[in-house]
Amino acid sequence: MNSSLLDGLFVFMLAGFIGFEVIRRVSPLLHTPLMSLTNALDAIAVVGAIVLVGEHKSHLSTVLGVVAVIAATSNVVGGFLITDRMLRMFKSSRPTKS
Amino acid sequence: MNAEFAGNQQIIEVLYLVASALFILSLKWLSAPSTARHGVLAGEIGMVLAIAGTLLHHGLVDYKWIAIALVIGSGIGVPLGLVQMTAVPQRTALSHAFGALCVTLVGTAEFYLRTPDVPHFMMAVLSMEVILASLTFTGSLMAAGKLQEVLPQRPITYRGQNFVNLSVLAIAILVAVYLVLHPGAKQLFPVMIVVPLIFGVLMIVPIGGADMPTVISLLNSYAGLSAAAMGFVLNSKLLIIAGALDGSSGFILSVIMSKAMNRSFTNVLFGAFGQVQASAAAGKEEKTVRSATADEAAGILAAANRVVVVPGYGMAVAQAQHKVRELYDALTKRGVDVRFAIHPVAGRMPGHMNVLLAEADIPYDRLMEMDEINGDFPQTDVALVIGANDVTNPAARTDTSSPIYGMPILDVDKARTVMVIKRSMNPGFAGIDNPLYYLDRTLMLFGDAKSFVNGIVHELAGNTH
Repeated sequence: MNSSLLDGLFVFMLAGFIGFEVIRRVSPLLHTPLMSLTNALDAIAVVGAIVLVGEHKSHLSTVLGVVAVIAATSNVVGGFLITDRMLRMFKSSRPTKS
Repeated sequence: MNAEFAGNQQIIEVLYLVASALFILSLKWLSAPSTARHGVLAGEIGMVLAIAGTLLHHGLVDYKWIAIALVIGSGIGVPLGLVQMTAVPQRTALSHAFGALCVTLVGTAEFYLRTPDVPHFMMAVLSMEVILASLTFTGSLMAAGKLQEVLPQRPITYRGQNFVNLSVLAIAILVAVYLVLHPGAKQLFPVMIVVPLIFGVLMIVPIGGADMPTVISLLNSYAGLSAAAMGFVLNSKLLIIAGALDGSSGFILSVIMSKAMNRSFTNVLFGAFGQVQASAAAGKEEKTVRSATADEAAGILAAANRVVVVPGYGMAVAQAQHKVRELYDALTKRGVDVRFAIHPVAGRMPGHMNVLLAEADIPYDRLMEMDEINGDFPQTDVALVIGANDVTNPAARTDTSSPIYGMPILDVDKARTVMVIKRSMNPGFAGIDNPLYYLDRTLMLFGDAKSFVNGIVHELAGNTH
């Protein structure tokens, strides 16, 4: 238990640094899509909720799990959808020459 | 442990590993508009792999409810992905609430499955997960309500507010500490959920509309951190990584927003903003302004070489972005160099103004950040301010008594001519008078942003030679 917790902390630290470096480079132009995309990725919490529902250990855990899967899935679907819609709108003036 | 089980477990871990890499690539590709859509694809593939891997999990006995929940969730997600671009801030706040709801519910279920045999450190992480997620849940719902204007947008403040709020948070933390020491105290667990839920509401009550970009970023960060904590509880590295990415993204955006509003960093971390700017415009003396008609404005714009448009949230409210695009086209056709100056807090969330202008088909290479364009204002013939106020207020540079003193602004007042489209001389949202309007070089264009820009476009079309 203790070693897996420590592993987790290492992963958290490294991912935090990577996130900081990668996201710092995102142009302010795209900060809104950035937020909706990270939101969709964050909904990976659906994975934990799916296990909860599937294992069916108690009625309470199944009911809570179902609601959790619904909430997270709506973020996954809605988040990717709106991010892509926004990014499609960003056009450069150079190739089209309006 | 049989062989099949171990094999499955390895496949799952490998799928999670690939998904983690795709998530990082997804954010990396978002750094430029040309590669950004690959980023979405990478994220989607990663998500599908991760969910597929999870379904292989040994010990899943009931697939029916998983399927039903996935279908219902997708059904809710599609309309949430199709909202109008002006509504993106409240949609984002709502999705923070959904993410936090998921984390709260999973944390609750895990507690009741494991109690009373929860190791102290595990219980501490679980408490952190549940507290952060439940305050993010109600906080985000409140923010969404304010942005949607279902709730009053004016900040509501009272004496001792910070004390009350921090006390409520302290109660939640004390309960958490007790639970860490006595993980069997089942009856206390609901308290640790309800109290942060109340705190989430109290936290957003004093927040006004102008502070929303900071608040949304902060809630984004909280949502990410709670997901990372959930990763510790479930021992899922994938979740820890996704949560850390989301947390750092929200953190970086909060810092950018707070800098753009000249708020201190501790101010952001403790969520104690919004209570300034109460009694600003007191001693107002009569000053004269010069105004102009659409005809005159069109003449000046047509004669200019370089024009910088400064859009603010007022432009989006008036739905004027498509008319602004027509103006951009008309001027560009005449050989006028038109660019747009975007202040970091223009709009209701980070980057919102860029999305609104992109939606109106204005090329993104014409959208300039504050630091890029500020040096160019002295060589600009006309600065056209549409629906922006505080971000153009020169008092922020010079007047130490101004509530916005020190806030970085667009140096609009250095342009040769300044034109401001505004409904009337009423001070804006923050109630701060703007000396820009009284300058000799400033022309006030009184009227609704959409119809006034339309008027200018008509005048420009009327006298093409």
